[in-house]
Amino acid sequence: MASSISTDGRGLALYRAMVRIRAFENAAEAASQGGVSAYGQQAAGSAKVRGPLHLSTGQEAVPAGVCAHLRTSDYLTSTHRGHGHTLAKGADLVRMMCELFGKATGFNGGKGGSMHIADFSVGMLGANGVVAAGLPIAVGAAHAQKILQKKGDITVCFFGDGAINRGPFLEALNWARVYGLPVLFVCEDNRWSATTASGPMTAGDGASARAGAMDIAATQVDGNDVFAVHESAARLVAEVRGGGGPRLLHALTYRVKGHVSVDLAAYRDPAELAAALETDPIARARGALLAQGLDAATLDDIENAARDEVDAALAVADAAPWPEPGDAFTDVQTTGAGQWL
Amino acid sequence: MKELSYSEAAVLAVEREMQADARVVVLGEDVGRGGIFGQYKGLQQAFGADRVIDTPISEAAIMGAGVGMALAGLRPVVEMRVVDFALCGMDELVNQAAKNRFMFGGQGRVPLVARMPGGIWDASAAQHSQSLEAWFAHLPGVVVVSPATPQDNYSLLRAALQCGDPVVYIEHKTLWGFRGEVDEDLAVPLGKARRVREGNALTLVSWSRQMQACATACDTLAAEGIAVDLIDLRTLWPWDRETVLASCARTQRLLVVHEAVQVAGFGAEIAASAAEATGCRVARLGAPRIPVGYAPVLEAQSRVGTDAIAAAARRLLG
Repeated sequence: MASSISTDGRGLALYRAMVRIRAFENAAEAASQGGVSAYGQQAAGSAKVRGPLHLSTGQEAVPAGVCAHLRTSDYLTSTHRGHGHTLAKGADLVRMMCELFGKATGFNGGKGGSMHIADFSVGMLGANGVVAAGLPIAVGAAHAQKILQKKGDITVCFFGDGAINRGPFLEALNWARVYGLPVLFVCEDNRWSATTASGPMTAGDGASARAGAMDIAATQVDGNDVFAVHESAARLVAEVRGGGGPRLLHALTYRVKGHVSVDLAAYRDPAELAAALETDPIARARGALLAQGLDAATLDDIENAARDEVDAALAVADAAPWPEPGDAFTDVQTTGAGQWL
Repeated sequence: MKELSYSEAAVLAVEREMQADARVVVLGEDVGRGGIFGQYKGLQQAFGADRVIDTPISEAAIMGAGVGMALAGLRPVVEMRVVDFALCGMDELVNQAAKNRFMFGGQGRVPLVARMPGGIWDASAAQHSQSLEAWFAHLPGVVVVSPATPQDNYSLLRAALQCGDPVVYIEHKTLWGFRGEVDEDLAVPLGKARRVREGNALTLVSWSRQMQACATACDTLAAEGIAVDLIDLRTLWPWDRETVLASCARTQRLLVVHEAVQVAGFGAEIAASAAEATGCRVARLGAPRIPVGYAPVLEAQSRVGTDAIAAAARRLLG
């Protein structure tokens, strides 16, 4: 549903946001080859991005469409699949790549990596290695916004469809509704819980239905249509910002890659993937923009610029210094700080 | 100086910190009614329901929201009701609160105090009587405090709220009515032990309610001519190595007593450290590795009594 925004600057901005995420993750994926899989197999070669790398390829429309409505002073909590959220919230791409490389110049000084990517300076309070863990943290941040009377500021909480089967999801939604907090829950329903299909593991009708049971208004959207996500998010963010209490956006999308970058997802029906690729959000947005009269060269320029930006980031990250061994002992705690004994 | 109960001392500590710092908030089950042990009595009336927040029975959300609140600029006191229930918020404590500052490279700070009353509570059986402090002492990123007196509960709770790190604060469920003198102006730093008695025969280290059994055992031993150097650890992390090891070097004998199960208890850490640093003889005394039973005769099996403490001390001297 290409709306009028596709022909003004916002359409190109959404396209650029998605393309940057895709370019970043493609490069990170390539740099992770030869790494250790989540299941312990050691592949040949030496990866520059090590450890589990959870890619959001195919899901870019959700963070792009939602975060377009956010301010720096809004908070955001994320999942283990958080590159897209972090970039869309405005984090510096170069420092992100440095963090994925484990370098001292990364956002976390090499202490977190991909799974804990974060930029607190733009309100992005962190990717999280535990499914559903961001939900209670998000309601706490929103609760603080209410107590501190930061009127108009909101917290956005991204989580996956797998998270709705963990207790903290239910506890957090109840909490948000009970206290009427300014939080927008965004379920990125990519149909997979690690390497198990979510559908057979989930009773009932999923995130929207569970929100409805707690009197939280939910909106379901085609999460591969960036314009549709943008439009739904515009309304929900405005409602939350205006003091209307929590809302939930249930975005239906698809996880194109495996659970981690070295997971080839052989457990998946190839036809399912093929069907999903036909609705790739970037290709769809490109088609819609072209149909609205934008010229291909403009879109090509955006894609080339993103690739150049990522290539430059790779070079910076590669050349950046490692943390000092002693840095392992800093930022543990002040009282009884990091020490052997 | 005034005489207060252990719970009244806690109320006073939170009240003073809430007056001093508008960022301090309390959240937990039943806190609006004063908490199940009276440890928040009157605070909601004084500070309002926005700062003393009654919550659903949702330990994961209470602890997790505490983390989010702290990241967003508040200093929450998180009530877990009893340490046994804190296990329902374990991810939020272990993987979130304790790890946040490090894994995000110092971008975030989580200045929260998680209060979780611990220890054997009369006839409360296996899920309301545990002593789990060693679990938390094993966890990089947190401070672990376990006060034994009203004065310490006042002073250490204030120190915990001022320290800026996540603090696991374990009050003892049977100490709430225990009364003592409280000096409102007395500051007690985290990580500093208290010498309760001085002696040269052996060093006895304990904490929390077990201090009372140890003090009684010291009376028995004193009558036998055995002068004990009794140390209340007060803070398990960071623990006061300097005070404990100096005493051990002098007495050359160390007995650590705790209410928790002896196996893999924090006493093992102190004993090993003392043996490594001073070469002194060490002994530990804790509960058998059994869940706490309900019937008095069963519950008694988990109690470390004064006779057992005195006997362990004599063995160490023999």
